[in-house]
Amino acid sequence: MSDISKDLKEQPKFQEEIGDKSQEHHTFEIEKPNTLKKIQNFLHGNPTMIPVIILILSVSAFGMIAGGKFFSAFNLSLIIQQVTIVGILAAAQTLIILTAGIDLSVAAIMVLASVFMGKLSVQMGIPTSVAIMVGMASGAICGYLNGWLVTKFRLPPFIVTLGTWNIFFALVIFFSGSQSIRSRDIEANAPLLHFFGERVKILGAQFTYGSFLMILIFVVLWFVLNKTAWGRHVYAVGDDKEAAELSGIRTDRMLLSVYTVAGVILALGAWVSIGRVGSVSPTSFYEGNLDSITAVVIGGTSLFGGRGSIVGALFGALIVGVFSSGLSIAGLDVLWQRFALGCLIIIAVGIDQWIRRISN
Amino acid sequence: MEPVLQAKGINKRYGKVVALDNADLELYKNEVLGVIGDNGAGKSTLIKALCGAVQPDSGEILLDGKTVTFDSPIEARKTGIETVYQNLALSPALTIADNMFLGREIYKKGFMGKFLRFLDQSGMQEMARKKLSELGLLTIQNINQQVETLSGGQRQGVAVARATAFGTKVIIMDEPTAALGVKESRRVLELIGEVKARGIPIILISHNMPHVFEVSDRIHIHRLGQRLCVINPKENSMSDAVAYMTGAKAPPSN
Repeated sequence: MSDISKDLKEQPKFQEEIGDKSQEHHTFEIEKPNTLKKIQNFLHGNPTMIPVIILILSVSAFGMIAGGKFFSAFNLSLIIQQVTIVGILAAAQTLIILTAGIDLSVAAIMVLASVFMGKLSVQMGIPTSVAIMVGMASGAICGYLNGWLVTKFRLPPFIVTLGTWNIFFALVIFFSGSQSIRSRDIEANAPLLHFFGERVKILGAQFTYGSFLMILIFVVLWFVLNKTAWGRHVYAVGDDKEAAELSGIRTDRMLLSVYTVAGVILALGAWVSIGRVGSVSPTSFYEGNLDSITAVVIGGTSLFGGRGSIVGALFGALIVGVFSSGLSIAGLDVLWQRFALGCLIIIAVGIDQWIRRISN
Repeated sequence: MEPVLQAKGINKRYGKVVALDNADLELYKNEVLGVIGDNGAGKSTLIKALCGAVQPDSGEILLDGKTVTFDSPIEARKTGIETVYQNLALSPALTIADNMFLGREIYKKGFMGKFLRFLDQSGMQEMARKKLSELGLLTIQNINQQVETLSGGQRQGVAVARATAFGTKVIIMDEPTAALGVKESRRVLELIGEVKARGIPIILISHNMPHVFEVSDRIHIHRLGQRLCVINPKENSMSDAVAYMTGAKAPPSN
């Protein structure tokens, strides 16, 4: 850098002499790739636009392929029902990924909380509300444990949550005794656990209370992330941890709170999942962690932290839902659904990298 | 006259390495104090001790004549000592306004702010705009622009504006022109003048001799963990300063 400035200092006259001409030359050169640059700039300022565009495109594409069957109010509301759980997982995942972390244990935390809720209320006769509280606490503790390992021992989140994923999954098997809790037993002993599975019909569309809760979680998180200091600090910590520290943010405390909040959201997801599935199964949502990361990434949130939006994760989850619904209505094999999703992930990360290059 | 900020007999060791050996420093009202020294002379450790990033083993730091101890940069900031770090400590993906208030946000009044901790975003934007225009940085038009879309000099401007917005006592600037081109360096040097005109004393650490000589009122030369001498830039040449710094010439006795 100093060499360049030295060079410039030695040739000030030269610059002044050709000043006008050189500027003409420059503006000409810059204007050529302008439209692409404009798109890049626009997407940089509005990262949520990518998933929105993909969602609109995929909805219209499947609408054309599968016709009215896809576009029926019933089917569209079914898609929202189907993405409820992945959506909640993705909401928690977004918080972690914004801090430049990743959580492979999200689904295991959720299933563990649902096992606690079901086991205590159905099989041990503890009041359902208490069982739910215990489940919520277990989610918070699991999240706190992840955060503690990440901050206290400076371990990479990937490794920490890879470990806790296995630990939590083992606990799920231990506490459940590998047994599912049947829907009938839940209905008889603890109907409150099915609360979020209840449906309301609006103009032929069906919504579960769980879907409303998912939307509510996203709305609340949007406000928290954009309008509160805590939310701004989530971005700052993920963007540049050292800078955040020097700005006076207690980054370790911040990370600990993010992982704990994620755990609480996952425990809420556990309650919703019991309503959605009906039963409590220790082996359910085994791929939930990867599904949630897929939704977050397709939603335009950067895996490197600090960039992205919570709403993106909702759109990401919806895109996955639209793809699986559209492809199955169109009569295509499930394998093509996976194929398409795989392509989407790579494209989404590619676009993210391209947008990030703006700063250079 | 009593110094605004004073370091007295600061010692700091890292194992067997002595970084600061009974180091002193005085900063007076209405001045820019340049701090120069060879690599490894201990000047950055001294500065870190003043801004709370390093805790000295022994010695005293006095602010307005009162002894202070800083366990972290946050504590130093609370007393009105602001530091513009070499890496600026800005969050590139956040906006200018967000960055200026990072870590000390203003909350909305009433229920929304007190209990829901909602930020007074328009208030902060207003204040950020005011601070930037006070320092003549109005070329930055959109206060909600992300910092990563700014040039190096503009980023420096944001960091300086942040420091002046909160630095009531002292501003410490670490290599503010190191990463900048000629024009942008010029702008930052002007900024230093503007901050000084607002009555806030500045400590300027830099390797760039012409810059230090241009804006400093006094120059503190650091060598082997101590203050070697303080020179007047109007009475000494740059080559003298380099000679003192490297030990090629004996320092003037003052």
